[in-house]
Amino acid sequence: MTTTTAPRVTTPPPGFVMPDFGDTRGPVPGSAPAHGEQSVPAGVAAYQGRRKMAFICSKGNLDMAYPALIMGNAALGEGIEVHIFFTFWGLDMINTRTNDRLKFTLSGNTAMHMPDLGRLRPGLEHVSMPQAMGNLPGMTSFATRMMKKQMEDLDIPTVPEFLDLLAASGAHLYACRLTYDMMKIIEADLHPAVEGVISASDFIEIAEGAQIIFV
Amino acid sequence: MPTNTLNGRTFEVDAEGFLTRRDDWDEELAQDLAAFIGVELDEPHLAPLRFMREDSATTGVTPTLRRMQSVGGFTVKDLFALYPGKPAKKMAWLAGLPKPVGCV
Repeated sequence: MTTTTAPRVTTPPPGFVMPDFGDTRGPVPGSAPAHGEQSVPAGVAAYQGRRKMAFICSKGNLDMAYPALIMGNAALGEGIEVHIFFTFWGLDMINTRTNDRLKFTLSGNTAMHMPDLGRLRPGLEHVSMPQAMGNLPGMTSFATRMMKKQMEDLDIPTVPEFLDLLAASGAHLYACRLTYDMMKIIEADLHPAVEGVISASDFIEIAEGAQIIFV
Repeated sequence: MPTNTLNGRTFEVDAEGFLTRRDDWDEELAQDLAAFIGVELDEPHLAPLRFMREDSATTGVTPTLRRMQSVGGFTVKDLFALYPGKPAKKMAWLAGLPKPVGCV
C-alpha cells in the first residue's frame, strides 16, 4: 500500500502562518541577542543557553505548594528548563511522610471567603471569614478537605502526583541541605523524583541564567 | 483570519497558525505540517493526535498533557520524547485543534 511519493517539503512556504515552537531559538553565532537579553553589565558573560526558570519553594501549606508546581509545569510545557529547590517548610512538599497531608488554614488569611456563601445571601461570597474561626477545632481539616475537593474537581493532581508529573516532564527537583539536616529528614522519605540534597550555593550555580521565582 | 495555503489546499488559521475549523484537518495535512517541525508522523506520533481529536470532539477543548495521561493513557515522558520542547502545543497544532488553554 505504500506508494513512492516525493519527499515532503520541510520549510513552510512564504507567508505561511505557524506557531513559534522555539526549536530554532538559541544562540546563533554573530546574531543579535534575543529580546530581553540586551542589557548585560559590562564584564559579565551573558547566559547563552535556552530559557531557564528556577523556583524556590519555602512554604509547607497546601495552598502555597501549588503556585510553583503549576507554573513549573506550565514552563516545562513551553520547553523551558525547570529547576525547583525545596527549602524550609517547602521540604514538606517532597517528604513522602508529609506531602500528601499538607494543610490549608484560615488563620492569617484575610482573603478567605467562600463562593458558596453567595447562595445564602448575595454579596456574602466576598466577605472574609472572621479570623477567630480559623482557630476553632477541626477548622483546618475542614478547610483542607474543601480545598482538596475543589482541586480535584478541576482535575489538579495531588502534590505527590504533581511531582511525578513534573519529573516526567523533565523538571529537576532538589532538597535544601541545611533544612534537610536541621529537620533530620532521611533520604528514604524523600520523593523518588528528587535528584539530590544540595547546598544553597549549589543551587545558585545551577540557577545560572535562570529566572528565579521565590514562593 | 489569516489563511494558509499548502500543497494546493487553503485553510483558515488563527493569528498564531492554529487551524480554526477542525474539519479542515486530515492526517495528510498533519504529515505535511509535521515536516516543518522535523517530525515524521509514524504510529506512535499519530496515536496521541487521534486521541486529542476524539477527546476534544466531546469536551470541546484541547486536552492538556495531564489529561492525555490520566484519560488517554499516554505517559507524559513519552509525549515529551515524541514532541520535544513544547509537546502540547505541537500536538494541538498538528491535530488541527486550538492551542491548549488548561493550566494543568
